[in-house]
Amino acid sequence: MTAAQVIRSEWTKIRSVASTVWTLSLAVVVTVALGMLIAALSRSQFDSMPVRQRLMFDPTYVSFAGMSLGQLAMIVFGVLVVSNEYSTGMIRVSLAAVPRRATFLFSKIAVATALALVVGMCTSFAAFFLGQAMLGPHQARIGDSGVLRAVLGGGLYMTLIAMFSMGVAAMLRSPMLSLGTLMPFFFLISNILGNVDATKKIGRFLPDQAGGRIMQVVPRADDTPYGPWGGLGIMVLWVIAALAGGYLLLRRRDAQ
Amino acid sequence: MIELAGLSKRYGDKVAVDRLTFAVRPGIVTGFLGPNGAGKSTTMRMILGLDHPSAGDVRIDGRHYAQLKDPLTYIGALLDAKAVHGGRSAYNHLLCLAQSNGIPKRRVAEVLDTVGLTTVARKKAKGFSLGMGQRLGIAAALLGDPRILMFDEPVNGLDPEGIHWIRNLMKSLAAQGRTVFVSSHLMSEMALTADHLVVIGQGRLLADTSMPDFIRQNSRSYVRIRSPQRERLLDTLHESGITVVEAGGGVLEVDGGKAEQIGELAARHGVVLHELSPQQASLEEAFMQLTAEAVEYHAHADPGLGPQDRSAGWKGRAR
Repeated sequence: MTAAQVIRSEWTKIRSVASTVWTLSLAVVVTVALGMLIAALSRSQFDSMPVRQRLMFDPTYVSFAGMSLGQLAMIVFGVLVVSNEYSTGMIRVSLAAVPRRATFLFSKIAVATALALVVGMCTSFAAFFLGQAMLGPHQARIGDSGVLRAVLGGGLYMTLIAMFSMGVAAMLRSPMLSLGTLMPFFFLISNILGNVDATKKIGRFLPDQAGGRIMQVVPRADDTPYGPWGGLGIMVLWVIAALAGGYLLLRRRDAQ
Repeated sequence: MIELAGLSKRYGDKVAVDRLTFAVRPGIVTGFLGPNGAGKSTTMRMILGLDHPSAGDVRIDGRHYAQLKDPLTYIGALLDAKAVHGGRSAYNHLLCLAQSNGIPKRRVAEVLDTVGLTTVARKKAKGFSLGMGQRLGIAAALLGDPRILMFDEPVNGLDPEGIHWIRNLMKSLAAQGRTVFVSSHLMSEMALTADHLVVIGQGRLLADTSMPDFIRQNSRSYVRIRSPQRERLLDTLHESGITVVEAGGGVLEVDGGKAEQIGELAARHGVVLHELSPQQASLEEAFMQLTAEAVEYHAHADPGLGPQDRSAGWKGRAR
């Protein structure tokens, strides 16, 4: 058995279920549409903004405003890719076909990650260009300093969110438990921790907040101890930890 | 060939499989029999490397499951017919399994044809009936054209036509020289399909014997006698060296098929008989007797319907 065989098999699995199509399309549509909406609102509000806010205005980051919601669809995609195996009982058939558990899990993750990367990059570029079009006179250009990094970073961010979710789902197995942990975490808890002064210093080391730094072109006037790539690096460490945890548990546990 | 050596599985304090040692040989159908909860499915999952044994070892053609290159081409298994992603079509379900083991695509169409699912190959599996799901599971087992096949309760929930089909399929697979290992909790089912029998109860091996031997040892034939002149009859039989067991209600039982001999003896001594009938205990009774002590949950049936009273005289024969 070669990894190439297993990757081909996992590609067949992922393309033959409807959830792949609807989660990924939802990620694209929500991220791009919400980004456009907020860009359009920013344009109409720009003249009434305080000067300080106008100076800090980050047109690139504004067009990624939809990602806070769009990432939830990416989370669902990552969770379902892995936890479907458990909720359907397919895991026993899959591991009987591919008894090497590292080959099984990492082939699955490789295929889903490649797909998430393609979709994430398309989403990020579409959100940027359509968002800038909405901003009209206040728009940034792709050639401006730091903008291309932010747009590529947006695609990487979405991919890493999906990977992190795959790792968590590999540990928790149940789709409901995984979604019930990840959704409130990224939608509520992370935001609360990041906005309350007492927990801000911890909150910014969470995967989404650290990883999100790469999408900012105009740095905020705060004392964040890492740069755009440093932030992404922190997010990568979270992803590695989640995947390692998922693999170790898969290797140790009975297949069910 | 599947070889188990001291295979054990514990969940906390509970022992699900207890030092099983036996071999499943090629060319015959080996029945794996035991009451519900005896550890049959757990054993099968350990054979496939899905569950980790607490102790002991299991090998497929001398190798551990994880060491098999493209395992579906060595051993095909149907564990649970419902273990399919309902949103995936039958064709794609089999295709992803084939690809993972380097099995050519045309085999997918072949096995779909074998199990009679060609017309619904592109339909989503969630619309399948239990019987169709069972057929899909069997198609997956046959995919790699393996030398060893393993089926966990394959006839459960099937209609008579489906049951008939599976019985014939298993027999023909064994006739091709393959190893066929099939579990059931029904003795009557095994009696129709299996050539060899492995019986377990509460995880322990109770019997590992050929089907004819099992029948010979366990399907006790005896003669049932009733007579108003009971004492005289007992004396007469005793003098002739025939052992009698009292079965209660004035009924006497004599082991073996000696009805003619007893009838002639009674006539010669002028003993009146009200009944003299050859009897055969069923295999189902033999199986229940064998596993009686090993059944986890007893249903407390009406006394007299249980297997215990019937068999008081022949305990110990079961092994």
